Formats: sequence, C-alpha cells, structure tokens
Amino acid sequence: MKVIELKNVDKTFHRSGGQKLLRHYLEDILGKTDPEQFFALKDVSFSIRDGESVAVIGANGAGKSTLLSLVTQLVPPSSGTLDVRGRTAALLDLGSGFHPDLTGRENILLNASLLGFSRKQAHDLYDSIVEFSELDDFIKEPLRTYSNGMMLRLAFSVAVNLDPEILIIDEVLAVGDQKFQAKCTEKIFEIRNQGKTILCVSHVSPTLQLLCERALWLDHGQLVMDGPIGEVAAAYEGRLTRQS
Amino acid sequence: MEVRRRSGRVKYLFMWKGDYLFLLQNLVVKDFKIRYRNMSLGVFWSLLNPLVMMGALTFVFTAVFPNNQIPNFPIFVLCGLVPFNFFTVAWQNGTISVANNAGLIKRVPVPREIVPIATVLSTCVHLGIQIGLLLVMVLVFGRGLNWNWLWLPVVWGLEILFVCGLTLMTSALDVYIRDVRYVVESACTLLFWMVPVFYAIHSVPQHYANLYQFNPLSALILALRTILIDGAAPSSTLLLKLTFSSTLVFALGLYVFHRLKRQFFDYL
Repeated sequence: MKVIELKNVDKTFHRSGGQKLLRHYLEDILGKTDPEQFFALKDVSFSIRDGESVAVIGANGAGKSTLLSLVTQLVPPSSGTLDVRGRTAALLDLGSGFHPDLTGRENILLNASLLGFSRKQAHDLYDSIVEFSELDDFIKEPLRTYSNGMMLRLAFSVAVNLDPEILIIDEVLAVGDQKFQAKCTEKIFEIRNQGKTILCVSHVSPTLQLLCERALWLDHGQLVMDGPIGEVAAAYEGRLTRQS
Repeated sequence: MEVRRRSGRVKYLFMWKGDYLFLLQNLVVKDFKIRYRNMSLGVFWSLLNPLVMMGALTFVFTAVFPNNQIPNFPIFVLCGLVPFNFFTVAWQNGTISVANNAGLIKRVPVPREIVPIATVLSTCVHLGIQIGLLLVMVLVFGRGLNWNWLWLPVVWGLEILFVCGLTLMTSALDVYIRDVRYVVESACTLLFWMVPVFYAIHSVPQHYANLYQFNPLSALILALRTILIDGAAPSSTLLLKLTFSSTLVFALGLYVFHRLKRQFFDYL
C-alpha cells in the first residue's frame, strides 16, 4: 500500500519571500513588480510504500525541508497531487508546540493534542513519555527551568512515543548527551522494525545508511535519483568530490 | 490531502483528524495559565479593571457632569463595561494570535481556525469572572433575580459568536498585512464612544438608535440593561437583529479565514 504519493508536485515561492507591506500588494495589482517565482520543488514524483524507510539527501537549499512540510501537510503544493495516508509525527523543529511557562506535564498533553491525540490516548501514553525522557523529577516544573538538552529530550520523547504511522525526521538525531542519543537512535530503529514508515532528512552518515534502505536525492528542487541508499549515497558523494 | 488544479483554482483539504475538544481545551488552558501564572494577584486583575473603570466613570458622570438622569449609574455603566472589555480584549488578542503562533502554524498541521477561536474562548474565562461581578453588583443594588435572566446565556452566546467571526477575519488578514492589528486597536478605542457604554440609548437621535441594534456589541449592552436593570425581556426586534448580524459575521469570518489560510505558511 502506498502511504505517501506525490505526482508532478511543484512548490513555488515568490522571490520577495512573504511580502507584507500594503505597498507590495498595490504594486502587484498595478502590475509594477515582476512576479518572479522560485521553484523550491519542481515536478517531483515518487511514492513510498507502507513500512519503507526512505532518506532524503541533497545540498542545502535543494528543497528537502520543503518536501517535508508538504508531506506533513503544513503547506499545499502549488500544483500536482499529494496523497498521505496515516498519522504523521514530525520531528521537525523539536518542541515547536512547547511553551516555557507551562510545566513539562502540561506541555506533553498540549503537544499530544496538537498531534491529534484524544484525551484518553494522551493520558495512556503519558507515563511512557515521562519514563522515556528520564525527566521524572522535573515534570512538574515549568519548561523555562529546563536546560536545552532536557527540553529536546522531552520533545523527542513526545514525538516518538505517540505511536506515529509515519515518522518524519529532520536532522534531529543529535539530541542530548551520548547516552540519550544512543537511546533515541535505538528507538527510531525499533519504530522501523515495527514496520512503520520513516522519512528522514539528514546528511549522509553510517547511521542513515543503516536506518534507511532507499534514498531520494534532491538537487535544486528536482529529484535526480531514487534508489537503494548505497547507490544514491555513492553517486551523491561522487558528485561532491568531482565538484571540489 | 489532495490538491487539484482546475481552471486555476486549487482545492485543498487538510487531513488533521484529532480530538478538537481536547485540543481546544488545552489551548484555552494554556492561554489562561500563561497570562496569570507569574502574577501575584492572579485572576483578581479581572475584577479590578472593571471596578476601577466603573468608579471613574461614575465619578465623572455623577459628580463632574451631575446633570444625567440615569438611575443606578454604577451598574448601568458596568453593564456596558463588561461586554466592552471582553469584546476589545478578545478581538485584539485574537487578531494577533495567528501571526504570534507562527511556530505552531508552520510546524503542526492543526486546523488553523482553532488558534484564533481558542484565544477568544480563553478570554471567556475572564468574562465569566466579570459576569459574576456584574451579577453580584446587580443584586447589591437591589435589582433582584428574575426569570428574564435566562436570556443572559443567549445574548452572551451570540456575542461570543460575533467576536469569533470578527477575529477569524482580522487574524487571517493580519498574517498578510501586519498593520491590521493597529487598525483593530484604533477601532476599539473608537468603539468606546460609539457604543452606549456610559450614555443611554434614548439620548441618541432616533434614526441612529435603530442602527445601534445592528452592532452586536451595542445590542448586547442594551439587552443586558433591559434584563438586569429593568427586569424585562429584551425586545424581539433587538434579538433578531443581534442574531442576524452575529451569524452573518461568523459565517463571513469562516469564509474569509478559509480563503486566506492556504497561504499562511508562505507569509509567516
């Protein structure tokens, strides 16, 4: 079963990037500015089956993050069709739904509800989240008293413990100290082994090659290669060495 | 989510399937807690503000301009202040809510409508406290309980619907043009004079007075005074006008927000 399917997806942004002044709108209406568009993604088509783990690689600005925001349904494509089936949990910007004045507990419940969980599910999962984060002693304290590492631990614990059907990871494997990092990596492998779908944006690394079986290589918004991760990574690195 | 391009129009459906009530409750509680967690006096502030304003306006209009003929002036003015305060605070906070929650909007695919609506509803917590104060004051001034108090939830409900509609509209516009928040602020200052907070509707010339009933805020203030001070049911024309304009504004707000939300990501 295909859980993610993109057909001829384009995503364009205006060059001016989120123009916000009334003057700009008036200029648009009067046709003064040249509405130059910038393709963050151009004619991208691929599909991901249930249980696959796929890496997205490419240089900075290749459209990787745009691709993830499309898949997590934060933004609609400019044209083309996009189909996502199943609950996605995105480890994009960890802790984006967190508020410093709320306690760890309140933040967990808020985040769970943002990710679409019901009251019952959230309360059922609460204990496993706290246990995983190893933050028992601080869970009743406001988040602003947490260290940066503690906050990331909490955010990571919420996201991975909410039992996502599709896990989306954006270069956040480096969380907390080495011991916790190892635990996170292990947890992600565990999720993969449960047959969940994983979409991971990262730099090419040995861990990534172990985690994912397939890779998509994006370059300037276009999909240049789609295949087993070993081949794609070799081609990608070959290109980098040729360039330098 | 599916996007189809048909004759230039893109159809776009969000796919968030969650527990709306649980989310709304969490967002409302969050707003409320954040506002008061670090305040020594806590919710007491909700009571202080209308009481001070009531005292000041009563002083001005009974001691400085002692020629007004309005009996029970303190509760008369409080009937205006409580809805007015709620309206301005909810509208202003709601308007900036989408732009201020950019982190949330850009990272979590929650239905965007829920952000401004939760902000308005969290103001309702203060409103509850202030309504309590108003009812206590009414009893203190000897205007006893009567059956017409049953109209109170109806008129307040319509008012909340109206504010939600307005807020949906302005919060979406604020994402595109950030000046909208200042327009709202100025409009609120102006409204203090344009709704009958401290003057009676019968001082307003007749052909303007009919228009006042179309403004849901004025209509609510008039209805409150009828119910609480005169102990009568609000007139049916007033109720009809209030229902009509509140529902219309809410529907319009939903429509505008729905049209504009698609591009939020690009502008935040």
